[in-house]
Amino acid sequence: MKQAILTARQEGRHAVIPFITAGFPSKERFWDTLAEIDAAGADIIEIGIPFSDPVADGPVIEEISRQALADGVNLSWVIQGLRTRRGLLRAKLVFMGYANPFIQYGLECLAADCAEIGVSGLIVPDLPLEETPEFREAMQPHGIDLIPLVGPNTDTKRMKAYAAYAQEYVYVVSVLGTTGGVNEQVAAVADTLRRARSVFDVPLALGFGLRHPSQLDTLPPDARPDAAVIGTALLQHIRRGDSIADFLKPWRA
Amino acid sequence: MKTLPHTTRPGYFGDFGGRYVPETLMPPLLEVEEALRSIFPRPEFQERLRSLLAEYCGRATPVTLCERLSQELGFSLYLKREDLLHTGAHKINNALGQVLLAKMMGKTHVIAETGAGQHGVATATAAAKFGLRCTVFMGAKDVERQAPNVQRMKLLGAQVVAVQNGSCTLKDAINDALRYWISHQHDTLYVFGTAAGPHPFPTLVRELQKVIGLEAREQMLARLGRLPDYVVACVGGGSNAIGMLHPFVQDAAVRLVGVEAGGTGEPGCENSAAINLGRPGVLHGARMMILQDADGQIDESSSISAGLDYPGVGPEHVYLHATGRVHYGVAYDHEALEAFRRLARAEGIIPALESSHALAWVFCHASEIPAGSHVLVNLSGRGDKDLAHALHYIQLD
Repeated sequence: MKQAILTARQEGRHAVIPFITAGFPSKERFWDTLAEIDAAGADIIEIGIPFSDPVADGPVIEEISRQALADGVNLSWVIQGLRTRRGLLRAKLVFMGYANPFIQYGLECLAADCAEIGVSGLIVPDLPLEETPEFREAMQPHGIDLIPLVGPNTDTKRMKAYAAYAQEYVYVVSVLGTTGGVNEQVAAVADTLRRARSVFDVPLALGFGLRHPSQLDTLPPDARPDAAVIGTALLQHIRRGDSIADFLKPWRA
Repeated sequence: MKTLPHTTRPGYFGDFGGRYVPETLMPPLLEVEEALRSIFPRPEFQERLRSLLAEYCGRATPVTLCERLSQELGFSLYLKREDLLHTGAHKINNALGQVLLAKMMGKTHVIAETGAGQHGVATATAAAKFGLRCTVFMGAKDVERQAPNVQRMKLLGAQVVAVQNGSCTLKDAINDALRYWISHQHDTLYVFGTAAGPHPFPTLVRELQKVIGLEAREQMLARLGRLPDYVVACVGGGSNAIGMLHPFVQDAAVRLVGVEAGGTGEPGCENSAAINLGRPGVLHGARMMILQDADGQIDESSSISAGLDYPGVGPEHVYLHATGRVHYGVAYDHEALEAFRRLARAEGIIPALESSHALAWVFCHASEIPAGSHVLVNLSGRGDKDLAHALHYIQLD
């Protein structure tokens, strides 16, 4: 994944990391939608594992998650689907999901399955530093990366502790808030990005509150992320039935 | 009794507890932890809290011997009368302490979740007393079901947010309060209502509620010259129970019982008995026992008592269950209703439906309790709030 981001950097652009909840827009159409996102030039795709109580998400993703759960989407369904499509996607894949469904699936089992089906990492939004050892111990033997999340209120000391295990990239949350807002003042995260840059030697992905690539232009040159994560805005775009390629194109410019 | 190691990880009780929250919530949680360490033990905090509990809330609450019921049962039944506190339940012990802490931390705004409205009313009360702004998150379904408590909170000056997400009940109110706290952490303290949630809340809530057990222990010693044989409390998230039971944990001869709400009792019915019927998992920031499906999705809980209607049980209870120190039993809706009616008729006390579960356990297990025993039940709240609901099920003749 680190390589995918560095390649984008060599091409003089941000890496593009779309997020899509598993089973969206419907169980049937999910796999084609995923393929479409891949074909539109995603460098990494975050597949959201739905959870009943998603405290880091805003109302759009919560509602989409509830619908997916009502349709019977679970981790086994996602893993089975990816198993039958191994090697068909160009983008690297990560799972983004809350701790409990992963724990109930069994962390050892999850790590082995991820390695088998080509999922390279996990993002767990309710797993701060202190609770990561159990996950890391299970993931590490299988080469599955646990991608840290840091925010504007994460002090440098905590960033350093995250940096001790970050292998692929770090997810910088642009706002003190949930997914799906609009961050009108992305420039305010410049200080966080600079601090993260000085602490981490892996690429920085910026997410939460991104809707337009122009938001990144407001950042000073020494505080630009290496990748942009686009979730809610993309899902709303897909729900309107608009073209995924058209949506992602400006993000790759 | 098995002994399990108390792990050294911060905020853990054995394998349970912890802090499963977004990184952006860690700084405010660490701030509360620091306040628990530095402000909480200060004499000015403790003295102010003690005088408020006495002069504003009516502590110490008495212990009442149920004379007629004791005759019927063949053992002495005592009630710790938290129902006599200001606002009518134990919830004020915690809310007042946390709001005072917020004030001393320099916060200007407190938020709280509420299911039935009791913790919301308690927090709104304390916020009014200290002149802090108060916002209460309440599931939209509960706002409809608990209109009188919504009006009380508004009268006390609180803003009530009807949460439209998820299942629109207590667990969703907690999710929304946590989300709100992420974006308002600089001036806001989340006053968590039960002995669950991320560290340090299970410890903070216990420290504020254990006044119940400390008082009761002294009162029983003064009255009997010895400790009771049984101490019984109902368990939803677990705040009144941890407050009552914790001070007796080292008293090996005292049998401690927590009583969960079993719902209707039909096979497979929705319930709120996470220790008896749930599995370990993570919810609302803590590893604890929760009601969940095979995939780890949280089940909706159900109980005739809104205050017990929560799909988890706090981590210290789970630990006390794992060590075997506390026995966790179950009482069903109809048993609680019968206890509600029986206490009213025999003793002239209308208990909360929550507390009625603890009484129901005693009544249902009366034949196993040796004659002459002394049984202490935490009457965590009064039942006026439950009257309309209970009278759907009880015949008045």
